[in-house]
Amino acid sequence: MEHLLKTPLYSIYKNYGAKVVDFAGWALPIQFEGIIPEHHAVREAAGLFDVSHMGEIEVTGADSLIFLEHLVTNSIGKLQNGQIQYAILSNETGGIKDDVLLYRFSEQHFWVIVNAANRRKDFEWMLKHSKGYHVEVRDISDQVAQIALQGPKAEEILKAAAGDNAGKIRFFRFVESVKVNGIPCLISRTGYTGEDGFELYLKPDDAVPLWKSLLKTGIELGLKPCGLGCRDTLRFEACLPLYGQELSEEITPLEAGLGWVVKLDKPDFIGKQALAAQREKGIPRKLVGFELQERGIARSGYEIQKDGNQVGYVTTGYLSPTLGKSIGMALISSECSQPGEIIDIIIRRRAVKATIVETPFYSKKYKK
Amino acid sequence: MKIPEGYYYSKDHEWVKVENNLAWIGITDYAQDSLGDVVYVELPEPDSEFHAGEAFGVVESVKAASDLYTPVSGKVLDVNGELPDNPEKINEDPYGSWMVVVEMSNKYELNDLLSSEEYQRLCAEEG
Repeated sequence: MEHLLKTPLYSIYKNYGAKVVDFAGWALPIQFEGIIPEHHAVREAAGLFDVSHMGEIEVTGADSLIFLEHLVTNSIGKLQNGQIQYAILSNETGGIKDDVLLYRFSEQHFWVIVNAANRRKDFEWMLKHSKGYHVEVRDISDQVAQIALQGPKAEEILKAAAGDNAGKIRFFRFVESVKVNGIPCLISRTGYTGEDGFELYLKPDDAVPLWKSLLKTGIELGLKPCGLGCRDTLRFEACLPLYGQELSEEITPLEAGLGWVVKLDKPDFIGKQALAAQREKGIPRKLVGFELQERGIARSGYEIQKDGNQVGYVTTGYLSPTLGKSIGMALISSECSQPGEIIDIIIRRRAVKATIVETPFYSKKYKK
Repeated sequence: MKIPEGYYYSKDHEWVKVENNLAWIGITDYAQDSLGDVVYVELPEPDSEFHAGEAFGVVESVKAASDLYTPVSGKVLDVNGELPDNPEKINEDPYGSWMVVVEMSNKYELNDLLSSEEYQRLCAEEG
């Protein structure tokens, strides 16, 4: 683990019984008590996640808005100060460079929250495309820690730690300089679990005291330290895509079911031509949900067949802790993507029957 | 970490309990702990035959699937039919959760396996 990157919370993982793994070059806890109890804690009470590995890229300068408009598929013109938007950084062929959150402080100041594995790639991409724009692009990830508080009890816990006003932050909005148990944080009502919740951005030196004090505040309400293992099962049940599985440079947002963040009526953005052509010609494959009809678990990468021919592959699959069913997401040829369609998933050389089902598997419980 | 005496251990973290020429096979406490919550088990049909080192089944945690390797060659006489419906038993009682009983075709293969002391050292090295 010595060679891996570490978040400011690394030193205290062991106090909570963490199992630490290599995740995209970072030493991060896959679990503390266990993936299943942590998963249920977030669905029924609340969970605390160290997500400090996420990258933050700051964009400042007079052209910030038009520069970002050029980089993302979504239209950000209507975004207000203090508001957040989910967006796709697309490449020239319409593939997904990354899926990000844009935080607008002002027309001249944004944060782009990027996946840890893509941090360098995104930063270089943004720098390269910033030529000719009056902007400064800075990777400030090392100066920002991030802790996510997620679950139906998150609001109550945050109110206890930061006052009633903090609980009133609206969905996909953020407020700066809120004292959480005395520690200044930027708080947004966002998350990656399908539950209501908050993400707290703070100085790395404050991460350990905030983590400890929030756990103390929340313990009676069922708050548990949670690892990346349940973060993945939680986001999966809510069908929130994960970069590297549902999303990649070879997959377009239209294929990934993210057409709602692709604004082809926008004057110009990287990849627009390719995406417009794909929409015109028809989308060749789609991201769908499926449920196994037999025993087994469909894992990421397993082949999907129809009448003996490959028609796609599994992007993520689990025995769902909330639903108790063996389900998965797959990128599959559009012809067999209709709910009710029967497909074969190849599990250890055996064809296992599955049915395409409606998604999400678990309806999101956001407070809007 | 429980590593009881009277069992043979493999480097792949299976245990073998021997009675005459019969071998009961399961996974160790260390293995179940590394896997995390077991949610699925796939065992072979009785009468299947395996060579030592071959995969005879699969055990899956929430995160991942891992092959089960038989440390001894032979014919499967019986499988533990309780486990597919109650995979959590493997976490709760790894040494009670035998998976298969194999009629060994070559008892000398047991010499290649580890004693509890040797296995303890292996686990300590793996951390």
